[in-house]
Amino acid sequence: MFFGIEYSTWWFLVFGAVITGYAILDGFDLGAGALHLFLKKEESRRIALNAIGPVWDGNEVWLVIGGGALFAGFPVAYAAIFSAFYVPFMIFIVGLIYRAVAIEFRSKEPGKIWRASWDFIYFFACTTVTLSLGLMLGNVALGIPLDANHEFAGNWLDFFNPFSILVSITTLALFMMHGAIFLTMKTENRLFAKLTLLAKNFTIFFVIAFVLTSLYTLLYIPHLSDQIRSNPQFFILPIIMVLAVANIPRQLTRGQYLWAFISSAVTIASLLATVAIEVYPFLVFAPNDPANSITIVNAASSEKTMGILLTIALIGTPMVGLYTAFVFWTFKGKVKLDDMSY
Amino acid sequence: MDTEILARIQFAFTIAFHYIYPPLSIGLGLILVIMEGMYLRTGEKMYEQMTRFWIKIFALIFGIGVATGIVMEFEFGTNWATYSKYVGDIFGSALAAEGIFAFALESGFLGVLLFGWNRVGPKVHFFSTVMVWLGSMFSAVWIVVANSWQQTPAGYHIVGEGLKARAEITDFWAMVFNPSSVDRLSHVWIGSFLAGAFFVMSVNAWYILKNRHLAIAKPAFKIALVVAVISSLAQLFTGHSSAGGVAKNQPAKLAALEGHYDSLAVADMYLLGWVDQKTQKVTGIGIPGGLTFLLHQDFKTPVRGLKSFREEDRPRQVNAVFQFYHIMVAIGMALIGLSLLGAWFWRSGRLFEKRWLMQVFVWAVLLPQIANQAGWFAAEMGRQPWVVYGLLRTSDAFSRTVTANQILFSLALFTLVYVVLLVLFLYLLTRKIQHGPEDGTHHIEDNEAFSRRENPLMRNTPKP
Ligand code: HDD
Ligand code: HEM
Ligand code: HEM
Repeated sequence: MFFGIEYSTWWFLVFGAVITGYAILDGFDLGAGALHLFLKKEESRRIALNAIGPVWDGNEVWLVIGGGALFAGFPVAYAAIFSAFYVPFMIFIVGLIYRAVAIEFRSKEPGKIWRASWDFIYFFACTTVTLSLGLMLGNVALGIPLDANHEFAGNWLDFFNPFSILVSITTLALFMMHGAIFLTMKTENRLFAKLTLLAKNFTIFFVIAFVLTSLYTLLYIPHLSDQIRSNPQFFILPIIMVLAVANIPRQLTRGQYLWAFISSAVTIASLLATVAIEVYPFLVFAPNDPANSITIVNAASSEKTMGILLTIALIGTPMVGLYTAFVFWTFKGKVKLDDMSY
Repeated sequence: MDTEILARIQFAFTIAFHYIYPPLSIGLGLILVIMEGMYLRTGEKMYEQMTRFWIKIFALIFGIGVATGIVMEFEFGTNWATYSKYVGDIFGSALAAEGIFAFALESGFLGVLLFGWNRVGPKVHFFSTVMVWLGSMFSAVWIVVANSWQQTPAGYHIVGEGLKARAEITDFWAMVFNPSSVDRLSHVWIGSFLAGAFFVMSVNAWYILKNRHLAIAKPAFKIALVVAVISSLAQLFTGHSSAGGVAKNQPAKLAALEGHYDSLAVADMYLLGWVDQKTQKVTGIGIPGGLTFLLHQDFKTPVRGLKSFREEDRPRQVNAVFQFYHIMVAIGMALIGLSLLGAWFWRSGRLFEKRWLMQVFVWAVLLPQIANQAGWFAAEMGRQPWVVYGLLRTSDAFSRTVTANQILFSLALFTLVYVVLLVLFLYLLTRKIQHGPEDGTHHIEDNEAFSRRENPLMRNTPKP
């Protein structure tokens, strides 16, 4: 217990916060990668790469921290989720590998074919990573069949169901919008004008994908809105989300790019918060037999470990916050290419 | 093949590939700190060029280190689900600490290290370099703590039974300072310094042989040589200390390292040899009674042999463990010899005139790499048949729901990806080395000049 709330609930919140942090931070890197091929000129592509150059690695670390947080706090869920998602997860990982090396390798050689190939690999890797992330998120929201030992008891081909595919596409749209908005803060002149337009178009793409997913959810998976219906105070979350999305084109038109970026970050956060509320207190719901589900109680580490983890988080988070802020501040403003650039 | 073997092959393959890069990152990080520190102190342009050049190489290595590390983070869950549940309570905190204290530090400041020259002052830049290096040092701390716990568990108790059994922390600091973590951490750190130092010496020895960039290559070589002399000597002590720890905490592993089947009062220490697992005999050259003496400082106290353990509690690949261990030790001795030889010629002022010595140093880069790999293989295969020594067997630890085909699929995938990565890495590394530091002496048609012609954006930038 800590402030009258169980440790396991605290850790659920910490885990949720880390995943949200990951989605917001790496979301714009992945989004920028997914729209890479929309930029045609060599110079534009380099600027886009250097916009995320100094930060993408730090952003990816949030995923590593999230993995560690899940392993440490809810080992049973860590074991079940990653062994169940074996195939999609391996694809996700290979995508991350190629994303990293494409950024690193692309500008190391001047050849046209070399660069064009890495540009394509980069785009493809970022798109695949985003799609598989969305696919896994969709399936976690939906639930995964589990046996009495909390181990996966289904067929991985079932992961490709309509709901999860919709979530997957929505995630792609969301990240592309987010990435385009981030790039507007980093670019100038014609490239900038182009990205502003792209940002608006991706916002529309996202809204369409989101509405379709929501309709599908309400019609076919009504239990995914139980919590909100029975606790109307949570309606605030979808409302915040809608307002935030609506604010994006407005800020883009007004030229307030930072505010547009904050709005899309809020969109991501409120979306994930909604999912978290619907899922809680389950980590993995087992539709085949709810008694087999993994909850924050039966998956949790010991009280002692939870206490240690919260101490680590309390010491670590302000430090991470501090130097993340330092790095972003150092590289604020428009991208200028120099001899150390990609 | 069954799932267990495949899961083990996959883990060994992916971690061994990952472990090519971390020692270079850690060791090169140290050398970057020294180089940039020299630049700050002396203000000499030469040191700045040196630092900038090695930062570019560092970026390449670090990038692949990160990419391959992500795989490891999740492989416990994908391939070793039972293991993850069993040790999650303990192991997880180390991994979480690693993420938040180490990886966030190194990758955060990495941006400033790589792209910050023109954005921050020299002091802040130096600070960032130090932070990146410290981050990589810390990441070794937590991962080695976790691995050492699985070698010599401490500070825990077991709750539950059968499939639900798992270890829970009772004492965090006892878990962190388990009997082998300090020995092994210092051994791993120093192994990394050796990898970095010999890498830097190799590249610079090549420049010296080719008569290029001499003004930078010579001092850089000397910096690395100093690191190599100190580290190679220190490695002997940490290694010896590790061996003492293994004798105490993992006697079956020690017996396998030295290939001893019988418990003998005067156990020999082999310099090289071959273990015949059928006849349970070692053929080789050794120092009579050497092992007993090193462990107990006498010739009386017996060393336990493999026969005194139950069949199912012994490592199976005794010869492999023996060979890996002896390769590592032999290389350790060779590195000491090489570093001292270098230091000797340096003192007499003839270091860079000995072409054969420079040629040896060009190739010596491989030695620490091989020793690092061999050391891990000896330590990990010697731990068998346990995943968590004495507590959980490897054969109980893998993911029951993952099929052999799935692992085969991912193994094929990773093999493909990693082979491509390695080839590209070596190609780009060679190109960078051929290009050399920006000291105004261009020997080949280089990248920079090329892009200046091809790329309109760079046409107007001043030549460095
Ligand atoms: C002796 C040190 C050492 C050892 C034994 C390992 N690693 Fe490693 N790892 C590092 C030292 C390191 C590093 C020096 O911090 C890296 C490598 C190169 C680099 O650039 O960072 C890194 C990168 C790295 C990353 C990427 C971090 C980032 O995004 O910045 C992850 C997730 C892991 N590792 C995880 C692991 C796991 C789960 C291991 C064990 C199975 C492991 N590493 C063994
Ligand atoms: C980085 C250097 C490392 C190398 C080169 C290495 C090498 C190996 C090898 C060769 C195996 C297979 C053993 C066998 O087949 O007999 C193995 C297994 C394993 N290692 Fe390591 N290891 C390293 C670090 C680690 C670390 C840091 C951890 C944990 C923190 C770890 C945990 C494991 C586990 C869980 C297995 C699978 C179970 C087993 O087969 O024993 N290893 N490793
Ligand atoms: C000079 C003589 C050396 C001795 C006596 C020695 C001894 C040992 C021993 C006993 C172990 C097993 C520890 C365990 O299982 O807990 C070990 C592991 C290891 N060694 Fe060495 N070693 C030597 C040199 C080297 C060198 C030169 C390197 C690399 C450059 C190296 C790298 C490693 C690594 C990476 C491991 C695995 C991690 C660990 O278990 O600590 N060793 N060494």
